[in-house]
Amino acid sequence: MIKSKSAYSSPSKLSKLETHIIVVWVDNEASVLSRVVGLFSGRGYNIESLAVAEVDQKNNLSRITIVTTGTPEVIEQIVLQLKKLVPVHKVGNFKREDKNVIFKEMALFKVIGNSVKIKKALNACKKFNPVILDQTNKSAVIQITALRREIDKMTKNLKSHGLISVSRTGAVAMTRGAEIFN
Amino acid sequence: MPKLYSGAEIVFKCLEEQKVSHIFGYPGGAVLPIYDELKNHSSVKHILVRHEQGAGHAAEGYARSSGKPGVVLVTSGPGATNVVTALTDAYMDSVPLVCISGQVPTHLIGTDAFQECDTTGITRPCTKHNWLVKNINDLQRVMHEAFEVATTGRPGPVLVDIPKDIQFAKTKYVSLKKEKKIEIKNNNRFKQKDIDQLIELMNKASKPIFYTGGGVVNSGPKASELLRELVALTGFPITTTLQGLGSYPGDDNQFLGMLGMHGTYEANNAMHDCDLLINIGARFDDRITGKIDEFSPKSKKVHIDIDPSSINKIIKVDLAIVGDVKDVIRSTTKTLKKKNLNLEKSNKQKISKWWQQIQKWRTKQSLNFINSDKIIKPQHAVQRLYELTKNQDTFITTEVGQHQMWAAQHYKFNKPNRWMTSGGLGTMGYGLPAAIGVQVANPKKLVVDIAGEASILMTMQEISTAIQYNLPIKIFILNNQYMGMVRQWQELLHEKNYSESYSEALPDFVKLAEAYGCVGIRAEHPDELDEKIEEMINVNKPVIFDCHVDQAENCFPMIPSGKPHNQMLLGPKDQEENKITGKGKALV
Repeated sequence: MIKSKSAYSSPSKLSKLETHIIVVWVDNEASVLSRVVGLFSGRGYNIESLAVAEVDQKNNLSRITIVTTGTPEVIEQIVLQLKKLVPVHKVGNFKREDKNVIFKEMALFKVIGNSVKIKKALNACKKFNPVILDQTNKSAVIQITALRREIDKMTKNLKSHGLISVSRTGAVAMTRGAEIFN
Repeated sequence: MPKLYSGAEIVFKCLEEQKVSHIFGYPGGAVLPIYDELKNHSSVKHILVRHEQGAGHAAEGYARSSGKPGVVLVTSGPGATNVVTALTDAYMDSVPLVCISGQVPTHLIGTDAFQECDTTGITRPCTKHNWLVKNINDLQRVMHEAFEVATTGRPGPVLVDIPKDIQFAKTKYVSLKKEKKIEIKNNNRFKQKDIDQLIELMNKASKPIFYTGGGVVNSGPKASELLRELVALTGFPITTTLQGLGSYPGDDNQFLGMLGMHGTYEANNAMHDCDLLINIGARFDDRITGKIDEFSPKSKKVHIDIDPSSINKIIKVDLAIVGDVKDVIRSTTKTLKKKNLNLEKSNKQKISKWWQQIQKWRTKQSLNFINSDKIIKPQHAVQRLYELTKNQDTFITTEVGQHQMWAAQHYKFNKPNRWMTSGGLGTMGYGLPAAIGVQVANPKKLVVDIAGEASILMTMQEISTAIQYNLPIKIFILNNQYMGMVRQWQELLHEKNYSESYSEALPDFVKLAEAYGCVGIRAEHPDELDEKIEEMINVNKPVIFDCHVDQAENCFPMIPSGKPHNQMLLGPKDQEENKITGKGKALV
């Protein structure tokens, strides 16, 4: 092993990366999103996707769902650092593999083509609750809800069916069953 | 109809209710209404600095020596950006600061107005929290919340940005007592079960050590008292971090000195070989741990800290106790006494072999240096300063570099809050303004800034502040004409390529002192050192002491280049045998 010549130590072995979904309940106030996102960028954490909206108008609460990848140590730090932020109320942390949690993303596809082509596209989306939001004689906007990798796959597959534009959200999450996260 | 107060008046009403006696600041366009209001509030004294960074560091010195939050008042734009270094410094070293900044009027925010900057955006990563007050009715709530956030849990800086129109706007003021209690995150919730586990570990240990940090100082003077009791009760050795100096008496026999990169041989070896490591209010900083993979490999580790995110951040620990160290130590001592009345004796026997080993390490006398009768050695200068000032309650601040480490090694502190140094951020230029803040909080006490000639030039202008307010701070410059620590690293790591580390064209510090209207003293020979130091102490004015020291002296002992604790360089001789080779330069 090469000896270090630095006054900082060299990085030690990293443990395996895991993908987690972090759910953050925050006061819906100015710059709160920037505090959360700034924490991630400032400490070098990774954001794969982000979804945020107000969920409780009365108490002025927003729910932020962040998909992130990191070692178990980093994930633990993310949760603890988030909890330190003043406008953060609680933080949920789920493994992506967690069977007790539902994750969903939504995507909008714009498909160009005649009605046959559009029908084919719609058929290809069958498994993912497709809804036609807009249709003309040469185009359609289709909405689906699915997992990230399923949407990835669909965007690939629909290319041949006239897909010209994709818009998609970050993942949102909710636990199964009657329990809520506290 | 209730009386209406302007935003500026509300700022002062809040300061008064928070019992703020001093604020450090610099006026400007966007804070003029607040400055206009100053004359009506005689209980709040304003200290005019010469640069906003100085205001921030002075407030830090004030806070760290008094235990009260430091308050800073600056204008928008450059006023706010100048204070960023001090806020970051306070954030790294957990110093409670409340910074009030002016902002352009709300209708001009976002228009690139004169002296506008995104202050809350810029300071977001270097404060615990910050607020932009866009509604006059929020102002008093925000002000009180700011003090609450800054001073509770792990302390730190906060910033309140107040647009100029809000300073003019009027509203009612409700006294703090009538306001409902502000809800703040409380992490002081450890369980008796945790304490029992700690005591079980302590009972089993045969090579224990306490490793304590700035958290003990931050927890208040009572924490230091309780720590002394606990250490005496257990008979365990104790080492402290740079920021923990003073929380335990520096001349006590159970004290192994500071640990870390420039810590003592015995402290670092004890950390490496121990079987129980009890961290109280420290954060496993990289200057402390050395190489992480080989950090204290054989020990069970306990971490006591008020900040849950400090736990397992760097070093995985076996037992984490999240709580105020003062309360944790109190519970531990109480439980210890209850469980084992004869603890002191039994423990001492059990760990006597450990102490024998420590004595062996101590015989290395790792802080020794080769003194000279021709040239002043910097370590000697600090030792003489200590000997000549230890009979009075002396406060020491430092800049950053070799002189800082020599001060930490050779000046012995017996009380907390007597040692103010920039540890986490390592801010050159910290010591002079900090000394001003310390002197403001502790009039009549002796305040010495142990400085380097390079650092001092970064905030030299604050000498004017000291003159203006008759603050008789002593600037004790260990002048080696080099950025000493940079030069040392270049010598050890970069083949003596002293790239840009020589201080060319230094001012004549004695003449400079006279130009500012304070006293300049120069010492060039060991024979005159004591006499000159006495002279410095006896002057009731600010003094710049230009102490010419050996240019080639290096700071030892030293843990080099990401090595573990048990591979220290002891001195120039040792260094030859342990040449550092290989890559790694890039990591610095």
